[in-house]
Amino acid sequence: MSGGTLFGLCAAVLVGVGMYGMVANAHPLRKIVAFNIVGSGVFLMLGAIARRGAAAGLGGDPVPQALLITGIVVAFSATALAVAVLLRLFDVTGSVTLSADAPAKPVAETPETQAKVPQ
Amino acid sequence: MTDVLNAGLAALIVALAIWAVFARDAFAAVVGFIAYGLLLTLVWVQLQGVDVALTEAAIGGGLTGALLIGAASRLRDTEAVARAERPRTLVRVAAAALSAAVTAALAIGVLMLPDPAPTLAPQTMANIAATGVGNPITAVLLAFRAMDTLLEAIVLVFALIGVWSLGPDQTWGGRPGLRHRADPNGILAYLARVLPPIGIIVGTYIFWVGADHPGGKFQGATIVAAMWLLVIMAGLADAPPISRTWVRVGLAAGPLVFIAIGLMGAATAGAFLAYPDGYAKPLIIVIELALMPTLALILALLIAGAPRRPVQP
Repeated sequence: MSGGTLFGLCAAVLVGVGMYGMVANAHPLRKIVAFNIVGSGVFLMLGAIARRGAAAGLGGDPVPQALLITGIVVAFSATALAVAVLLRLFDVTGSVTLSADAPAKPVAETPETQAKVPQ
Repeated sequence: MTDVLNAGLAALIVALAIWAVFARDAFAAVVGFIAYGLLLTLVWVQLQGVDVALTEAAIGGGLTGALLIGAASRLRDTEAVARAERPRTLVRVAAAALSAAVTAALAIGVLMLPDPAPTLAPQTMANIAATGVGNPITAVLLAFRAMDTLLEAIVLVFALIGVWSLGPDQTWGGRPGLRHRADPNGILAYLARVLPPIGIIVGTYIFWVGADHPGGKFQGATIVAAMWLLVIMAGLADAPPISRTWVRVGLAAGPLVFIAIGLMGAATAGAFLAYPDGYAKPLIIVIELALMPTLALILALLIAGAPRRPVQP
């Protein structure tokens, strides 16, 4: 089995594992980790496809490889945004639950966040 | 022999992904995810994508890991509640079945890929001489698909604006995160003094060599950003207030130079982001030089997070 096919199949498994993790873990941070596993699985599959496109003296097709670099950087920025949303949720409500039947805690923004701001 | 190594690598990666999903606490999961990112780097080398490997090591493993570890340690107290909210068995079985179906469909797709594989490698190599750079990835990123790279730089700026917007109103314009304090004679402060000069040289080298060899501005900028974060975490320097003029100028400079050169191409070479004959290499270097500090600034500030301290404490 060529390296491209092997890691392509590995990528398929990673996407599945990550998808399961996104549903089965209740904690949003765990969902973010699982989402990153799905993302890296997708990247790995594209990398395996790029490897199959080896030609003209190159070890892989440079166009998908360049897209992968762009993709990895953008995935990081999306993760940073997701983590920032999560930390803000924690700062405002004191919990990170996504459960629909959790008691909605109306928290006034000003006193609560001021209490959290270290002086 | 290589097949055995590759199979072992694939098995380890899948095992670490499973660990990151099933580990009991988030901190352990994140540590597993970082190891997973570092092993993926080896896979990229096996797949002949050394540029991708450098990006994965710097960003996928390093920066994402630092971000997630910081979040995991702040959210440690919320984990017990989340464990109690675990979805019911039926939901988990359904999720497992759906995930297995997706994996099976993707695996069939991988096995049925067309042979010979379609590739743009010959076209890239046929036209690379016109760009003046020797690394085909850099040629794709900054000449053939320069639009992607421009939009990516803009996406990064928008992501940072999004992160900043998530701070409380009264801290807008203030400093991100908490003030870090470390023992000024401790090992962290020592490393934060010794490593940055070396790291900045390594980062600049990786950036410069990217024109002709694996490397480039993303990988170089990540290393420079990491050095800055190290200095901030050791308490030797504080993160800048996000309202500082130099921060704002630094964030906008890279994309603006890129757009200006693109518009110049529209006027002189007939298309947005086209380079006039013979000027491709110098223009690519100008774009990279302008983007590198912007990227380092954005990557470090994305990790630093939303402003949490008012302008005048």
